Amino acid sequence: MSLKDIFEKTIPKLVLGPTLLASLLFVYGFILLTGYISLTESRMMPTFEFSGLGQYVDLFDNERWWTSLTNLGIFGTLFIGFSVAIGLFLAILLDQKIRAEGALRAVYLYPMALSFIVTGTAWKWMLNPSLGLEKVMHDWGWTAFHFDWLVNPDMAIYTVVIAGVWQSSGFVMALFLAGLRGIDDDIIKAAQVDGASLPTIYRRIVIPAMRPVFFSVLLILSHIAIKSFDLVIALTAGGPGNASSVPAIFMYQFSFTRGQLGLGSASAMMMLATIVAVLVPLMYLEARSNKAMR
Amino acid sequence: MKLKHIVMLTTLAFAGSAYATDVEVLHYWTSGGEAKSAAQLKLIVKEAGYGWKDFAVAGGGGENAMTALKTRVISGNPPTAAQIKGPSIQEWGREGVLANIDEVAVAGKWDSVLPKVVADVMKYKGHYVAAPINVHRVNWVWANPEVLKNAGVAGMPTTWDSFFEAAEKIKKSGAIAIAHGGQPWQDATIFESVALGVGGAAFYQKALVSLDQKTLTSPTMVKVFDTLGKVKGYIDKDAPGRDWNLATAMVINGKAGFQFMGDWAKGEFASAGKVPGKDYLCAAAPGSAGAYTFNIDSFAMFQQKDAEAKKGQMALAKAVMSPQFQSVFNLNKGSIPVRSGVSKDKFDDCALKSMADMDVSGKNGGLVPSMAHGMAIPSATQGAISDVIAKFMNSSMTSADAVAALAKAAKTK
Repeated sequence: MSLKDIFEKTIPKLVLGPTLLASLLFVYGFILLTGYISLTESRMMPTFEFSGLGQYVDLFDNERWWTSLTNLGIFGTLFIGFSVAIGLFLAILLDQKIRAEGALRAVYLYPMALSFIVTGTAWKWMLNPSLGLEKVMHDWGWTAFHFDWLVNPDMAIYTVVIAGVWQSSGFVMALFLAGLRGIDDDIIKAAQVDGASLPTIYRRIVIPAMRPVFFSVLLILSHIAIKSFDLVIALTAGGPGNASSVPAIFMYQFSFTRGQLGLGSASAMMMLATIVAVLVPLMYLEARSNKAMR
Repeated sequence: MKLKHIVMLTTLAFAGSAYATDVEVLHYWTSGGEAKSAAQLKLIVKEAGYGWKDFAVAGGGGENAMTALKTRVISGNPPTAAQIKGPSIQEWGREGVLANIDEVAVAGKWDSVLPKVVADVMKYKGHYVAAPINVHRVNWVWANPEVLKNAGVAGMPTTWDSFFEAAEKIKKSGAIAIAHGGQPWQDATIFESVALGVGGAAFYQKALVSLDQKTLTSPTMVKVFDTLGKVKGYIDKDAPGRDWNLATAMVINGKAGFQFMGDWAKGEFASAGKVPGKDYLCAAAPGSAGAYTFNIDSFAMFQQKDAEAKKGQMALAKAVMSPQFQSVFNLNKGSIPVRSGVSKDKFDDCALKSMADMDVSGKNGGLVPSMAHGMAIPSATQGAISDVIAKFMNSSMTSADAVAALAKAAKTK
């Protein structure tokens, strides 16, 4: 074996080795550590004395945790649903070979370039009744106008949905647009020859053919939803009161400001479990459909 | 041997150019007035012959600072001192990392210049491990005299009944009666002032410091929530999420009549060029005139390996408690000195009132730690209680339900 052969064999391993080790340690190692801490009585500092599932019992007895879970359910469903619907709709409109498509695409994609903190702060100002939309409407003479979701404990979580959808639907549109462009023109032409109308073509041919794109979009959006923290902090700070708290905020507050590291770790493990519960079936389905295609 | 000598000599030569030892202080005084106050301490420490290594971690509540501190302590390299307050000092004490500073405390007669309740907070198992810096009073109500006059309110109300009469008049005059920011800690601040005013200091001590279940579920506690519910009715609907200083600005600008807030609010009035007694009024929250909820900042001292570093630590502790520092620092920050024997010349009327009330309440048992500001109970329990209060303030929860939830939250360990 020549020196060159040895190099060619070992270099990829050498280059990938450190990254592999680092992610094994810092991702999976720390997942295991967090899992173990959630089984201890850790308070301000971690302790390593095993104490069973007590933290999980406390967690599910905590009303704040249930509020957070409910909010995640509302936010996750609506955020993913609206982002996909609006993104797909925009993508189909942009796909109609219109003028200045590049410029329009950039306009819709730009929100993604902002951080969630900026989005949250801007929407906070717009939705604040005495500062934003409501005040403008009142100043213009429409005094009956009423929009106080941001300060209404029952509706605050929906303002997070609005801001989240505004931020992400452009990005979803870009993904779908790429998917639409990947579909063979000949199939569509054949359908047109057969006399299918445009809506039918989209419904029966184009959208089913974009199945892999749907998988990617759901994967990306669902993990954004589950880990969402900055958007909520900037927009409502989990308020009014704790009305719009989400699991990530719960985890941060209990672990780092309230000295209940064990309980915080338990909530982190539950978040991980939620992600796994959503992603594993999705990935399984995708893997199976890939095999079927082959 | 020779090589070792040379190495030592060169190190000494280099070290000679700086101070003999540095004291490293972790704090979160990063806003304008606070940074000025911290600079004073730096000067005093330098005069004592020690270098100052600033370890400021931004984030008003000190959460980030605590995270930074934990990493340093775990890695076995703690700073000389860190800004830690209340029961957290005990939590750190249990970790076995705090240093005994009895030597300075005895020399400075801390036991006699500090009120006993304050000294107790600074001690772990009977030994001083922390040096107190200042005292903030939490049960204040601030008011704009113009707004009161326009509404026909004569003077600051001293009972809850007269307070609600005044609030009703202000509301009718078109102003907002109570300026408030709907954040959990501000909700808790109002709650504890109401509890102190409605139930008195003994009730407060039993319910919110000792967490006595019987007191927590007593009819008095129901009355506390009833009163809090009434207070809620005079807060404007845009309050959720508003920062406390914006609420103070509403009082300054004459948009609102009253605000319940600790005396750090004075800094806002002062920087707007307002004079106490003339442009704004301060009084104890209704019904709590003889009582005093305190919020004390302190430096907890961490064990040092090096003998020189220990000396620097003692010098720091001594500097913090010196009348000179206590006076300058507190004039900048709006609080009052924690020790007796500090000249009162430069302090304003509200600060003088605070000092007088602290003296009185220290003698009659009315001096109690603030629950909302982490002086009374561990952070876990405090968090659970503030969740209940926040829920009450932001929903149609009944007082009876709130009391039940509060009693449950108080059991959080």
